[in-house]
Amino acid sequence: MSIKIENLTYVYNPGSPFETKALEDINIEIESGEFIGLIGHTGSGKSTLIQHLNGLIKPTSGKIVINGIDITEKTVKLSDIRRKVGLVFQYPEHQLFEETVYKDIAFGPQNLGLSETEIDQRVREAMELVKLPFDELRDRSPFELSGGQKRRVAIAGVFAMKPEVLVLDEPTSGLDPRTRDEVLDEIKTLHDRYKNTVILVSHSMEDVAKLVDRVIVMHNGKVIFSGTPREVFKETETLESIGLGVPQISYLVKALKKKNINLREDIFTVEEAKEEILKWIRSNKNV
Amino acid sequence: MFKDITIGQYYPTGSYVHELDPRTKILATLALIVGLFIINTFVPYIYIVAFILGVVYVSKVPLGYVLKGLKPLRVLILFTFIINVFMSQGDIIWSIGPLNATREGIYKALFMAIRLILLVVGTSILTLTTSPISLTDGIEQLLNPMKKIGVPAHELAMMMTIALRFIPTLLEETEKIMKAQMARGADFESGNVISRAKGLVPLLVPLFISAFRRADELAMAMEARCYRGGENRTKMKELKMDRGDTIALATTALLLVILVVHRTVL
Ligand SMILES: Nc1ncnc2c1ncn2[C@@H]1O[C@H](COP(=O)(O)OP(=O)(O)O)[C@@H](O)[C@H]1O
Ligand SMILES: [Mg+2]
Repeated sequence: MSIKIENLTYVYNPGSPFETKALEDINIEIESGEFIGLIGHTGSGKSTLIQHLNGLIKPTSGKIVINGIDITEKTVKLSDIRRKVGLVFQYPEHQLFEETVYKDIAFGPQNLGLSETEIDQRVREAMELVKLPFDELRDRSPFELSGGQKRRVAIAGVFAMKPEVLVLDEPTSGLDPRTRDEVLDEIKTLHDRYKNTVILVSHSMEDVAKLVDRVIVMHNGKVIFSGTPREVFKETETLESIGLGVPQISYLVKALKKKNINLREDIFTVEEAKEEILKWIRSNKNV
Repeated sequence: MFKDITIGQYYPTGSYVHELDPRTKILATLALIVGLFIINTFVPYIYIVAFILGVVYVSKVPLGYVLKGLKPLRVLILFTFIINVFMSQGDIIWSIGPLNATREGIYKALFMAIRLILLVVGTSILTLTTSPISLTDGIEQLLNPMKKIGVPAHELAMMMTIALRFIPTLLEETEKIMKAQMARGADFESGNVISRAKGLVPLLVPLFISAFRRADELAMAMEARCYRGGENRTKMKELKMDRGDTIALATTALLLVILVVHRTVL
């Protein structure tokens, strides 16, 4: 599914003293199967933007074209869009409501009108993807699980709908570092397995750097950068000035370079840095 | 989704009306309500409308914004109007089926509709110009003399403060959960009464859970700061009436007098 956003502007509470311009003239194109990282400081408009993608919010002006269909047209059936574009909200565990884990994950697929066997299949698959043991947890109440498990149940609830476009709004906020890495891995696995379009919203460069094909950076309701992580992370100064910064490891590389250790500048994952540093050590030994 | 709800919403402009002591505004609103029930003909509505327009003008709240508060009540107002048109005895001027519209009915319906509209507009000026905190402060002070006969003024005011404080939060939360469930294919808008009621479960369960969690956290936070109710509690902002309040109260009293005189003399 390709997504095209044209001249999108959105204003909250127009005509009242609480009027806020959340998005201003946004233009984005996303190809089918891309893994996108949408980053920006809190309040930069990320959540507002993604809610447009399945018609939960109507733009003040502008267009959203999904697979060639302008979803802002009145004639478009939003339920069709919503089965194709899945949205995991921030703190999705707050929306759990069923008596059992199984039923909660099955809620979405049920609304799609699938058969019982298909639903069962999908719940199992989704739980396997997020590494929740099916037999142990299926009949437990979601409310008695740990925070990380609740988060996984909620995410599985959207995975189970097998959306062609999956949007996740800060899926790792409030998680401990280990659970965070696991959840990100699970999202990556899903993307690799189904080759669907994934948009990962985050305010952490670290999360995004090693996963995504392309980074879109937002600031004050506008898109200011769009490109591969390598291209975007070169703009250290600008990124820092808008309160984002670059992955920690990039700072280490910079500091090393200052000490005349000759490394590539566009390094942003720990693994890459390790390789580079080892390479440097080896080449130095030979001298 | 909830942007039409302006009743109970504060609209800060820093005007003269906003600066008034909340007690003044509460008393003036009560006087206005009494005034609306004193009159029995159309003519004195002129005084009340003039008074309200004057206050709105001074408050710098756009008139359109004040009137928006009527929108959620339009069905109620229309309903009252229709009931009154058809349910009164008198000269029949038009009828459909067993229903007769009477001249007296139309007169009464108009009268009641205007009264209802002015009631809503009058009271929404109070909430538009008074922050929830100072509103409850005012209520607490006004109820203070009744503590002697066992009215828990402080507790009532605290409950109101908390309730008012959490209305926007709960609305926001409702909207968020609704959106999240809609993204999972939930449908809150179509179907018959039973399927709609069932459809509310995915909304209400998370909403109650979060409301209880918030209540729990708030109680804990209040106790952690040694809150023990109203005994010996002092105020950060003492309420004080000044000349502006006297003028406002005098103007309102004048309006009441005019209304009473109009009713008894004319
Ligand atoms: N429901 C709302 N009502 C009014 N303003 C809002 C609402 N939601 C977000 N905003 C405002 O819109 C801007 C963008 O917010 P948001 O999209 O939530 O940013 P992000 O997700 O990047 O933190 C902020 O200034 C925020 O205050
Ligand atoms: Mg957000």
